[in-house]
Amino acid sequence: MTNNITKLTLTETIEALKRKEFSEEELNQAYLSKIDTLNPKLNIFLEIQKKSRGIPAAIKDCILTKGTKTTAGSKILSNFIPPYNATVIDKLSEQGVSVIGKANCDEFTMGSSGENSAFGPTKNPWDLNKVPGGSSSGSAAAVLADLCTFALGTDTGGSIRQPASLCGIVGLKPSYGRVSRYGTIAMASSFDQIGPMTKSVEDAGLVLDWISGEDNYDSNCRKEKFTLQPGRLKAEIKGLKVGVPKEYFGKGLDAGVEKVVKEAIKKLEELGAEVVEVNLPHTEYGIAAYYVLITSEISSNYARYDGIRYGGTRDLFGPEVKRRIMLGTFALSSGYYDDYYAKAAKVRTLIKQDFERVFEKCDVVVGPVSPTVAWNLGEKVTDPLTMYLADVYTVPASIAGIPGISIPCGFSDNLPVGLQILGKYMDEETILNVGEVYEQATNWRKEKPKL
Amino acid sequence: MKLTKDQVKHVAKLANLPLTTEEEERYSEQLSKVLDYIDQLNQVDTSNVEPTFNVSGQSNVMREDETAPSLSQDEALQNAPKKENGFFVTKGVFEEVEGSA
Repeated sequence: MTNNITKLTLTETIEALKRKEFSEEELNQAYLSKIDTLNPKLNIFLEIQKKSRGIPAAIKDCILTKGTKTTAGSKILSNFIPPYNATVIDKLSEQGVSVIGKANCDEFTMGSSGENSAFGPTKNPWDLNKVPGGSSSGSAAAVLADLCTFALGTDTGGSIRQPASLCGIVGLKPSYGRVSRYGTIAMASSFDQIGPMTKSVEDAGLVLDWISGEDNYDSNCRKEKFTLQPGRLKAEIKGLKVGVPKEYFGKGLDAGVEKVVKEAIKKLEELGAEVVEVNLPHTEYGIAAYYVLITSEISSNYARYDGIRYGGTRDLFGPEVKRRIMLGTFALSSGYYDDYYAKAAKVRTLIKQDFERVFEKCDVVVGPVSPTVAWNLGEKVTDPLTMYLADVYTVPASIAGIPGISIPCGFSDNLPVGLQILGKYMDEETILNVGEVYEQATNWRKEKPKL
Repeated sequence: MKLTKDQVKHVAKLANLPLTTEEEERYSEQLSKVLDYIDQLNQVDTSNVEPTFNVSGQSNVMREDETAPSLSQDEALQNAPKKENGFFVTKGVFEEVEGSA
């Protein structure tokens, strides 16, 4: 019984509760006992809340939960108890969702492997010697290992999509401005978005429906709420134009990953989509522009950690946080602003225009999420630049503010590979539809590791 | 571009980051490598391109100037490492200098 309950998707769980197949107490008990067994092995949760009511969700630890310790994976916030909830937590609570645990992440969401957490790395449930991806490392692993019905992550340059790909779950980064950022601990304010990490595409649509929409506490959050239509997702992609950017299949892409992603694109074609080759010529400058822009925003945002109003002193920042504050402070410093920050902001325009041009020719863009499958723990920790390059295919969409989803599309070296589907600004519906059609036609999401 | 140890010290001071000598050396090396990579932005012709700072399309979002519930003083102070009489305790900004009025 216990095992069967935790295998259900969020949508299935809600249906089963309605049919009274089990109670909320049994639901929570099933997840809690699974957490008891697996959390010590996987290091997913930094805080566990033993409750008997509500639909249990894992919340990335950079999202504020009133009265429950929230560290963002940092020593500087190791004792921080938020006095208020993030908007998304209040919205989930209205839907009967409870927080079963705060999920581990790279410190202040800065990282691509989960290893920058001050509280030890989360392990990839497929192989305990591999990274789960990051920065939403605990959220992805919690969904894969069935330790929650769904999770929330945050994505600044790939932090939802990349761990979703490396763990083999669904991860959706909404358009910038779709979901309120109020109460999420900021990394780079013009990039950060909260989004669902789920067991199915339909679940991702449902959670986005719950958390999206206007919020007076985030002026960049738009009025347009995403609504999952009662008829659910449209399982139909006949005639839909799928753009494949040749820049996403170049040097650096692992051959095994390439094969799996190309097969997935072929599958979309079989399912009725029309595949067209497109160009995103400024892709190669994405990482460079991104690391100037976000570190500049970081250097400004992280001035708030002064150890006066909350948190410890600045020497408690971990190495990656210090590195980014230093880089951003340099990029904004006198004499360098035009060469770095202003230049990168112009390249941001060009990358955004690349997508605008491409979306005149196609409805979605597809490609890999990550150039490789999950790598070994420790493999990239000493070389920041190599770690940065892991985000080469996720960063451009973040720069442009458009939505993107990672859905499981197969395996290479016995590790999961994600298919990335990018859409027009505020058009999550189309990428969810494409994901749904692909998911219905394949069985990848049902593959689970033996734990 | 190479970031010298002196530049690292200067930037750390601007950022109010206490760094050890070992960190200064490591960051000088690592950040130089990252800046070398970033230098490829100079290959892009941006002479007629406007910068983008925000992608939400929102600007001048206004609301009525009305009061609304907010944190209580206790809640606002609950995470402060040092507090006194309902205030945050911080280091003096203007040190008392001998001879000044």
